Amino acid sequence: MAESTGVTLTIEGRAVTVPAGTSILEAAKLAGVLIPHYCYHPGLPVAGVCRMCLVELEKAPKLAPACATAVADGQVVHVHTEKALEARRGVLEFLLINHPLDCPICDQSGECELQDYTFREGRAEGRLLESKRFNPVEDFGGDVIYVPNRCILCTRCVRFMADVVQDTVLNVSERGDRAVIGKFEDKDLTHPWAGNVIDLCPVGSLISKDFLNKARSWELDRSPSICPNCTQGCNAIIETRDNMVVRMRPRSNTDVNQYFLCDTGRLNYRWLNETARLEAPLVRQGQRFVAYDWDVALREVVALLQRRRVFVLASPMLSNESLFALKRLLDKTGGAGAFRVERGPEAPLPGVEDLALRAERAANVRGAEMLGFAKSDTPLEGLGSGDVLIMADVGGAPLPVSAEALAKAGAVILLGTTLPDIARVASVVLPVTSMAEEEGTFTNLRGRVQRYMQAKAAPGMARPLWWPVGDLLGALGDRSDAYIASDVFTALAAQVPAFSGMSYDTLGLRGQVASDASRPAGAAR
Amino acid sequence: MGYPHSPHPRETPVLSKYFGDRNAIGLDGWTQRGGYSALEQALGMQPAAIVNIIKESGLRGRGGAGFPTGMKWSFMKPGDGKPHYLACNADESEPGTFKDREIMRWTPHALIEGCAIGSYAIGAETCYIYIRGEFTDPLRAVGEALREAYAKGILGTNAMGTGKTINMYIHKGAGAYICGEETAMMNSIEGRRGNPRIKPPFPAVAGLFGQPTTINNVETLAAVPHILTNGAEWYKKFCLSNPKSTGTKLYSVCGNIARPGNYEVEMGFPFKDFLYDLCGGPPPGRNFKAVIPGGSSVPIQNMAEAEASIMDYEGFIAQGSMLGSGGVIVFDDAQCMVKQIWRLARFYAHESCAQCTQCREGTAWVTKIMERIELGQGTSRDLDTLLDLSTNMTGTTICVLSDSCAAPVVSGIQKFRDEFEAHISGKGCPMRTTTAAA
Repeated sequence: MAESTGVTLTIEGRAVTVPAGTSILEAAKLAGVLIPHYCYHPGLPVAGVCRMCLVELEKAPKLAPACATAVADGQVVHVHTEKALEARRGVLEFLLINHPLDCPICDQSGECELQDYTFREGRAEGRLLESKRFNPVEDFGGDVIYVPNRCILCTRCVRFMADVVQDTVLNVSERGDRAVIGKFEDKDLTHPWAGNVIDLCPVGSLISKDFLNKARSWELDRSPSICPNCTQGCNAIIETRDNMVVRMRPRSNTDVNQYFLCDTGRLNYRWLNETARLEAPLVRQGQRFVAYDWDVALREVVALLQRRRVFVLASPMLSNESLFALKRLLDKTGGAGAFRVERGPEAPLPGVEDLALRAERAANVRGAEMLGFAKSDTPLEGLGSGDVLIMADVGGAPLPVSAEALAKAGAVILLGTTLPDIARVASVVLPVTSMAEEEGTFTNLRGRVQRYMQAKAAPGMARPLWWPVGDLLGALGDRSDAYIASDVFTALAAQVPAFSGMSYDTLGLRGQVASDASRPAGAAR
Repeated sequence: MGYPHSPHPRETPVLSKYFGDRNAIGLDGWTQRGGYSALEQALGMQPAAIVNIIKESGLRGRGGAGFPTGMKWSFMKPGDGKPHYLACNADESEPGTFKDREIMRWTPHALIEGCAIGSYAIGAETCYIYIRGEFTDPLRAVGEALREAYAKGILGTNAMGTGKTINMYIHKGAGAYICGEETAMMNSIEGRRGNPRIKPPFPAVAGLFGQPTTINNVETLAAVPHILTNGAEWYKKFCLSNPKSTGTKLYSVCGNIARPGNYEVEMGFPFKDFLYDLCGGPPPGRNFKAVIPGGSSVPIQNMAEAEASIMDYEGFIAQGSMLGSGGVIVFDDAQCMVKQIWRLARFYAHESCAQCTQCREGTAWVTKIMERIELGQGTSRDLDTLLDLSTNMTGTTICVLSDSCAAPVVSGIQKFRDEFEAHISGKGCPMRTTTAAA
């Protein structure tokens, strides 16, 4: 589709110019016209089977499927004429005759394309006098349950497994109205990326065991975010209900993850719902911790920092903003910082270039390295005897410390979401937010800096980590006027050359690749 | 020849000349009857010259659509550097059609010769003959003939000693009606589920294995050697009516008729004479009620239309139906049209590949409504619903299976509405042809 000359056509009276070879459906999107469709998905090969996207072309005798018809110069496309509407009304009626209309107990309800289009364009009453087809619910393995009665045979799931995952698990079994999605014998939807069939399913036929009966879709609050579970940086949506994360789903970014999110990513959100949270700054008094105001606790920390070397145990789950604040603290006090990253097996998605569940299971490994923190399996090696150890722990992995190593420190300060037993040696404990409770940026393994939004409220007095660290810097005579995350990022962009020129505005929701001389430009993504 | 009946003097046996002649089946007997002389002649010609002769002859596809064969062949661009394929459609799954079966049973070498000439004409070195799986006898006959042709060097890498390559393989179908649709057939040959493909791209651009492909019916290809031997002018003279329809056509006749069987007549033959004279009219004591002239997918004709029809592509269209595959299904006055149309709809519902919504759901729904009407549970709204569903099922899907299911329903309601209404008002079939157990 890289033709230099464009094709100009008119869709619903709007002129639009697109590259030759574009489908009418995609061209219509650019013209701001949604052509209803089910089987078409931009990340999958075109099937042209649901026949929902039939549109009227001037000078053509028959209606044309917009997904499978290429644009032509001077074409005039009508989406909402009586003829096209009648055809779509027919398709909707056919789809509904065997559909159970169990919307009140269906997980898809509220985000169901069959519901949406029927509401918009369908018939008010059904004409079927006969009984509906019935097939029992089937466990497809992995996180997936198949409810055949709701299925509209769009075959998105079959095509995703065959062409994108390239692990043929699903098929269309039988013919005619007996057809169902079948699973090959001895195969299950256990591929690390198989869970995407749940999002791809336009109706409530393929549903998540994890999300089953947990929430109605209209009760959810949705925030654009970044999956924190590996260095790929897949764009995601965090969905919460009553301040609890209940689901994580992919958000499309064709530069990173297309339309997909792996099962490890989508199911590993419970740590964001940790309930045993630190809610107030704690200062040690003898054998016990006493809760204080931030000012008191920060004064205690400032006192501990006087004339001592600082060692920062960072976390690869920290935002660029928080890591930048810690870096500035190190610059001020002298000292070093390191972090450890959890590892697991790598799992690529074969049909998409450079997309995988990465071995390094944390969001901001690259960002931490770029900001001067050393990656190490034994991060406390650099801790000098008598140093002040500042530990950052925002969840997602156990604190990589031992009691012996902690004993070397002159003092321990924890900036954490929780208070693990091993960290009870700390002199001061400061409550900070997890990535779901703050706004910030991560840098993925290809150097792409991407924003995530706050998805839920922080507990108690917890603050994003950069905030108390900024106050410490102020107390140490290095005051900055950063009050919100974007201020911190602006300062970061001004001081760290790799981020130069970036701001939250330029990052938008798709991110920007950091200029980093250590990598060839072609490898950047 | 109205095999198994003796030939009728008004027939024009060209393709069917040796039906019933056991000695014509083998290679020796076939060469004695002039077989393979046309292939020998063809291999000495330029492929374009062959295409021109076929164009000139006016030969049109005998599978149902009636597309001009020479023009179809000319879509295969020579020298494009791609492998070309010829696929012979011997699936013959259209209900009421059994002409290709006889060609393959009695004259398998005629088909092989036609395939070989066709392959050479379109620049294909490989030809697949896709034979319906239930055709055990034709499969055996064509298989044996292929072995003979390879053994004699007619096929292979040095076809008839000319150094040209023509390879031919039989692919056995597995029982799906839809695999007679050309793009579904290509999927089936490739080992995929036999689902029709979206067009464009057309097979001549990207067909079998993504390469330029031509698909021809058995009867079409079997006519090719005759045209080459006798010339385009000879073939064009088989025309009693519209000059756009030339040659002879095989018709398979079944149903309530005195002499069912295969008949070969010139294009433009009067249908009335065909039914009453050649086929002997209705069974004793009965009258004809309706005819499906071109296989189950074409609209039903009442007798006024049928008797006014001229048997060619244009003639049947003029009387509200189509020539189709030439499968003539005849109903007499003892038949209930509602039951017959229900039976047809049930066939399409069973055979729908399930891709397109209108077809998957529509064929099954139409069948349920037809069943209900026949069993006496029809409502006054059913006929409107049927016509409305048929509209939605026509011209909206990838292939025409859905249209084929709608055609007999619409034509049936239009032409035999009184029977439908009698079923609905009388709470059952007035002819009592169906009991609740059926």
